[in-house]
Amino acid sequence: MDFDALFSGLDRHTLDGITRGSIYALVALGYTMVYGVMKLINFAHSEVFMVGTWAVLGVYTALGVSAGAGLAVVIGATLLALLAAMLASAGTALAVERIAYRPLRKKGAPPLIFLITGIGCSIVLVEIFGQVFKVFFGAPFGRVTVNIPSVLQTKELFTIPGLDLTITNTRVIIIVGAIVMMLALDTFVNKSRLGRGVRAVAQDPDTASLMGVNRERVIMLVFILGGAMAGVAALLYTIQYDITKFDIGFIIGLKAFTAAVLGGIGNLRGALVGGLLLGIAEVYASTIWSSEWANVTAFVVLVVILMFRPTGLLGESLGKARA
Amino acid sequence: MLLEMKDAVLSYGKIEALHGISLEVAEGEIVALIGANGAGKTSTMRGLSGVRGLASGSVVFDGEDVTKLRADQRLRKGLVLCPEGRGIFPGMTVTENLNMGAYTRKDKEAIEQDYERVFGLFPRLLERKKQVAGTMSGGEQQMLAIGRALMSRPKLLMLDEPSMGLAPMLIQQIFDIISEIAQQGTTILVVEQNAKQALSRADRAYVLETGHIVKSGTGVELLDDPTVREAYLGVA
Ligand SMILES: Nc1ncnc2c1ncn2[C@@H]1O[C@H](COP(=O)(O)OP(=O)(O)OP(=O)(O)O)[C@@H](O)[C@H]1O
Ligand SMILES: [Mg+2]
Repeated sequence: MDFDALFSGLDRHTLDGITRGSIYALVALGYTMVYGVMKLINFAHSEVFMVGTWAVLGVYTALGVSAGAGLAVVIGATLLALLAAMLASAGTALAVERIAYRPLRKKGAPPLIFLITGIGCSIVLVEIFGQVFKVFFGAPFGRVTVNIPSVLQTKELFTIPGLDLTITNTRVIIIVGAIVMMLALDTFVNKSRLGRGVRAVAQDPDTASLMGVNRERVIMLVFILGGAMAGVAALLYTIQYDITKFDIGFIIGLKAFTAAVLGGIGNLRGALVGGLLLGIAEVYASTIWSSEWANVTAFVVLVVILMFRPTGLLGESLGKARA
Repeated sequence: MLLEMKDAVLSYGKIEALHGISLEVAEGEIVALIGANGAGKTSTMRGLSGVRGLASGSVVFDGEDVTKLRADQRLRKGLVLCPEGRGIFPGMTVTENLNMGAYTRKDKEAIEQDYERVFGLFPRLLERKKQVAGTMSGGEQQMLAIGRALMSRPKLLMLDEPSMGLAPMLIQQIFDIISEIAQQGTTILVVEQNAKQALSRADRAYVLETGHIVKSGTGVELLDDPTVREAYLGVA
């Protein structure tokens, strides 16, 4: 146990935690929005994220960019990768909805069945990247970790005087990027007409339909939005870690789901709070003990908080987000 | 006929709640549907609005067969239900709830006029514009629900127990407003436990018993009908 290590670099570790947590929070939004309108945990959402990281790799490979390109190329390639990741993730999310959930909904299947088909979809997607694509296309697909060119290289921007804290460009991009996307989503859900439709379905689907809200459309919308947010997270993840893998979604998905529950599932702002808290807790734990303790800590935090606040920290639903 | 329901059967799993009922509403009428608890009044409203599909039978609205349409599609045609138990969105403000009523509409100016109209009918809602609806009193919530339904510009406004849980003073007031809405040109189908009020205001009425329509007639006829008086008006 090494509390000195934690306290001597508390600011740095906190920044690390926020970085990690921002990514969790973005992925958590997908769980929380789908839960809000369907009362369903979409277990395939982890793979929605995973597909996004491959889209980033795809764009970089197609463009042939690598580390050390000029500024204009870096910006162009990164924006293109962002767009591709958002489209790929949103498309995957929508496909999961169409294939795994919509037919069941039409038949009025009991809730448990949706969980099974969601898990099924998740396994299929993992195996597509881990096995099927490998057979058809060979490398880089398969069951190994794949490097993604660090097109956007880490540069020191400035040092905060008095603190032992160096701010890098990638940190800024990840944290600011995540926060901007969340604010945009929050504004959309709270201020726009369609957003009001989403909240209405979350609060009371029958009454929403009596107001003329098409529930099927709202469901499509939340899968697209949640998917796009996972796509943003995918790009940010590759900027920070420079890798992907066929099963990369599993742990991130689990963490993001935990973050969603921690903040109060169904609550957009809860996803942010839960994500950041979880990220910080993990980094602190791995500093005090060792990195193996990060996961344990994440779930201990979850259990302890749910013991005192069974509905999560912010605890309300998507529908009541403004109450 | 503005609305025509024919041989409607509606079930919840194995329970059949409506055993083939038929009713109609002509343009400009106030029609009441009365019946005891569990008679199937709310189920009839669900079948008409499309919240729940019929097992068999049909619903024709404004000359068009809407049996297969979802609730949101029927609303766009002007068939509007103000549901039982108010069904306001508790986490939204009064204004946001009213906005939900106008969800499908694009005619900005007419929407503004409808706000004026709703606030004219229910001045209380104007005072409480920014209040979160879930924190309002039962009567206020009922006003909000009716106001919100009006924001959908109904051709036919269906009200499921608008007087439920209200004090006698307020019941009188709500029925006055319903009459006023009818005078302004909206056709009305109203479900009520409060049979006396409903029958005295209605042009025609239907009596529902355990999923069957057992009687129909003008409001006055039913008010004078001995069996109705005994069963629903508490007078022998
Ligand atoms: N969701 C449901 N699932 C199963 N049975 C239901 C459901 N809703 C209603 N029922 C049954 O259908 C029958 C008719 O119910 P309905 O709600 O239409 O009655 P109602 O006339 O509106 O009664 P009330 O005056 O109490 O509102 C009742 O026997 C009721 O138990
Ligand atoms: Mg009822």
